[in-house]
Amino acid sequence: MNFKAMTAMAALLFAPAAYAGGADDDTLIVNDEIEMVTKTAAPEHLDGALDQIISGWHFRADETQQLQTDDFENQGMIFVDQAMDTWNTAEGSEDKSCADCHNDPAESMKGVAATYPKWNEEAGELRTVQMQVNDCRESRMGAEAWKYDAGEAINMEAMIASHSRGMPVDVAIDGPVAEQWEKGKDIYYTRYGQLELACASCHEENYGNYIRADHLSQGQINGFPTYRLKNARLNGVHSRFRGCIRDTRAETFPTGSPEFVALELYVKSRGNGLSVEGPSVRN
Amino acid sequence: MASGVKPRVKAPSSATAGEVVTIKTLISHKMESGQRKDSSGNVIPRSIINRFTCDYNGENVIDVKMEPAISTNPYFEFEAKIPETGEFKFTWYDDDGDVYEDSKAVTVG
Amino acid sequence: MEFTRRETLAMGAGAALLTVLPFRANAASVDELINEFTGGAAVADSGVDLIAPEIAENGNTVPIEVAAEGASAIMVLAAGNPTPPVATFNFGPRAGSHAASTRIRLAGTQDVIAVARLADGSYARTSKTVKVTIGGCGG
Repeated sequence: MNFKAMTAMAALLFAPAAYAGGADDDTLIVNDEIEMVTKTAAPEHLDGALDQIISGWHFRADETQQLQTDDFENQGMIFVDQAMDTWNTAEGSEDKSCADCHNDPAESMKGVAATYPKWNEEAGELRTVQMQVNDCRESRMGAEAWKYDAGEAINMEAMIASHSRGMPVDVAIDGPVAEQWEKGKDIYYTRYGQLELACASCHEENYGNYIRADHLSQGQINGFPTYRLKNARLNGVHSRFRGCIRDTRAETFPTGSPEFVALELYVKSRGNGLSVEGPSVRN
Repeated sequence: MASGVKPRVKAPSSATAGEVVTIKTLISHKMESGQRKDSSGNVIPRSIINRFTCDYNGENVIDVKMEPAISTNPYFEFEAKIPETGEFKFTWYDDDGDVYEDSKAVTVG
Repeated sequence: MEFTRRETLAMGAGAALLTVLPFRANAASVDELINEFTGGAAVADSGVDLIAPEIAENGNTVPIEVAAEGASAIMVLAAGNPTPPVATFNFGPRAGSHAASTRIRLAGTQDVIAVARLADGSYARTSKTVKVTIGGCGG
């Protein structure tokens, strides 16, 4: 253990800061019609670790929050449009498009983002949206799977998420997924890297505080995929996990790995009750 | 040729004569500033959209000269005055010579 | 116990709230650009509004708005960017107002300047200091 780093981090984290403290009190309504639940009672499984769960939207500056309120101000929506083009384009050996089976995503994809990651009985595995899309592509379209969290895959996940906006996140944590949920929970509370930080160190014990100029959120993922001002593009959950673990100076798990699938399920479940916001806008 | 460039425009489909309406425009474009270097240390050349125009029935609403400091996926919001039924034409001009267009019809009355 | 400069800064920033990139300015070039726009005419210090955040959440995408009643054109400069020009908004006969919003890149803490050419041919300018911060682990 690196004593110096720990002391420095400890001093930093407990440093009094006038801006510290919770999230703001604004309300998020998208396109003047989708009312988002951005603060609500913590789900039972958290067992008192948090009193209230809060969307990452609340931890951003007013100007950033504004960008998410209108689908014509939200730059992530351009990529949702691109995904719609892909949705309607036939591909692969079967010459089928997503539309051929799923018709209008506004109806067929409603609720998907709210309940994924989810157990797939036929395949006997826990699946994320991207995994399910790739399975459709390979088995039903005869097309190639997309690279995880890259271009087309993330655009499609954003488009699918957009049709669940306003619906409460509601992922199952019991039954066939219970083991992986426990694994994800384990990872959440494990300290990684030279800086020996767990997800919980920042997102459970210090949300609302600042780490340098970053206003720490609860690390909820109800808003993913998210358009980040920092890289001006859509970002996926696994890529974000990679970034966080890399920032603790640890060797990180790869995107699409079983560890991240488990972690995604666990982190998503911490937000059960918050509205799906994807694609959201964050810094 | 810049690939994957897609406009996204919010304009009303109907208005009263003389009404002032808000227009919001987005377009996906990297807006490579010419300030970045690649992994070998070579400067990545500038490649941006350098001009955006909006016309209504052939008359200009706004004409923006754009520089590399405009963020990736350029966004513009402005107001237009609608005199009669007609059509908005939105045009983006790329450094590489490409021109991207979108249009929106408006009914008055 | 010894702390590296980085750690000391990090601790200090914790107490000081923000880690702000140093102020940048490109004075000579800004004056030239303004002169070019105005043809050397006098520039009043009111008549154009510039709305920009006091602290930019991220320098890569900073929302701004400019407005000047009756203006035919508004030029925006970022005084501390490697190249100050940001955009010039030219309003045509069908413009509903002489205002526009966009999102810009700021390389560091600096002044954002708006210069308007008003209806009567005169000029006005205003500026705002925007602080651009370094992130923490959000990166």
